[in-house]
Amino acid sequence: MTDWLVPLGNGLIAVGALFFVAGSLGLIRFPDLYARLHARTKADNLGLGLICLGLACQATSLAAALKYLLVWGLMLIASSIGATLIASTALACGLRPRQRRPVSHSAEGDQEKRT
Amino acid sequence: MNGLVLGFDLLLVAGLAWLAWQALFGRHRFTSVVHFMAFGLVMALVWVRLDALDIALAEAAIGAGVTGALLLAALGRLPAAAGHAPAWRAAQRPLVWLALATTLLVTLALAWVAWQLPRPGLAGLVGEMLPKSGVDHAVTAVLLNLRAWDTLLEIAVMLAAVCLVWSLGPALPPYAPATALPGLPALTRLLHPLFLLVPAYLLWRGSHAPGGAFPAGAVLGAGGVLLVLADGVPWMHEPRRQPLLRLLLAAGVLLFLCVALVGLLLTGTFLAIPPGVAGHVILTVEVAAALSIALMLMAFYLFGEPGR
Amino acid sequence: MFHAVIAALLLLNAGVALWRLRRGPTSADRMLAAEMVSVSAIAVLLLFGAGFAQPALVDVALLFALLAAVATANFVTRTWTLLHEESGRREEAGRD
Repeated sequence: MTDWLVPLGNGLIAVGALFFVAGSLGLIRFPDLYARLHARTKADNLGLGLICLGLACQATSLAAALKYLLVWGLMLIASSIGATLIASTALACGLRPRQRRPVSHSAEGDQEKRT
Repeated sequence: MNGLVLGFDLLLVAGLAWLAWQALFGRHRFTSVVHFMAFGLVMALVWVRLDALDIALAEAAIGAGVTGALLLAALGRLPAAAGHAPAWRAAQRPLVWLALATTLLVTLALAWVAWQLPRPGLAGLVGEMLPKSGVDHAVTAVLLNLRAWDTLLEIAVMLAAVCLVWSLGPALPPYAPATALPGLPALTRLLHPLFLLVPAYLLWRGSHAPGGAFPAGAVLGAGGVLLVLADGVPWMHEPRRQPLLRLLLAAGVLLFLCVALVGLLLTGTFLAIPPGVAGHVILTVEVAAALSIALMLMAFYLFGEPGR
Repeated sequence: MFHAVIAALLLLNAGVALWRLRRGPTSADRMLAAEMVSVSAIAVLLLFGAGFAQPALVDVALLFALLAAVATANFVTRTWTLLHEESGRREEAGRD
């Protein structure tokens, strides 16, 4: 039973690291604060969750495995609520999301957000 | 494998140097503060690589957590014009380069001297005293038994700092956030039970594994800062609770002093803890110290004397 | 060995966040990058703890996870406040 847990754990960790890389790619490439917020929160948390799951599979006892999942749960709460906090405050401070509008009715005031 | 670990360490050092440079010489104060917070995080990683887990815990909690909070809150009170750090004048540049070169030379000299010191240093002596000190973890034994004098002075210095901060004026009422944030009380409600459980766990673990009073107090303090942000600690500002607040702030130092004096009476040496009860005494002092440290960190965060 | 490789990869990843930390036009971008460094540090600590058999590192990772929330909450309520609104121009707070 435990024979295939170690390779399974390694596989989950590798996929988690891939998600981390995807998240940082989004951090560089996305044009707008809100999009970067999405990329960082979702991709990074999923990556961390997969890494924690993989390590929990390889853990030596149930308590150790549950501790890994606790770290992920904490990070989930902190990250998601933190993202909503930043997004609401950014909106209230006047940062508009970047939107593509047809040229016919371009509202200059709404396109003030730049990279 | 060794090459990989070496590469990892070099990456950490390079990141540290870059973050420190940006924190010191950044153009905008907010940029410097955020770089400083990231510096604290990477520093904690470096302590982990150096096998000093207690310091890593304390650095993460205090350096990246509470100090970051204090700096961000102070930054929020500056007028917008003070957000730019002034550029160097032409006459200052040679002085700055000279200072940097001197620092680098002194660092290299100190590193060479440290390399010459005998290893493993005092670890053997501490290991011999460990069974008589009442705890199983060398760092806690040194901090709270063998060199308890230093710890007592550290906590007294923190108390003096609280008096200094409070003497600056009444507690500053915070500016209103830009919008209503219903997520903030939710965050506090969800996380605060863990902010209470993890310090208790760290305190208990301090006797046989990395942990102890300082990381526990710092995490409790960070949780307290979160509570203050969500307006959950109104009793700190009430005038009739002020004596209790001051008593709790001083509790760490007072208990430590009592232990020192009782040790003087019992064994004739100041701060000598008798080996039989050492474990329990250390735990009591740790609990009082952690509570005091947490309240002191929250007291710093108020930026002035409450209850006036 | 495998864990150390992944940890090194994640550290390089965090290095990317340092670029955004320097560049990001608004303060929120910088806070975002700092949070990313924090999450990467947690992952690195967990992997090191498993790879080098040091179970105490999971506690350090627990601490990091708790403190990430405090920094964001602080930034949003105490730094990015209406003070910047009052300065007359409705500028984006903390812009370069």
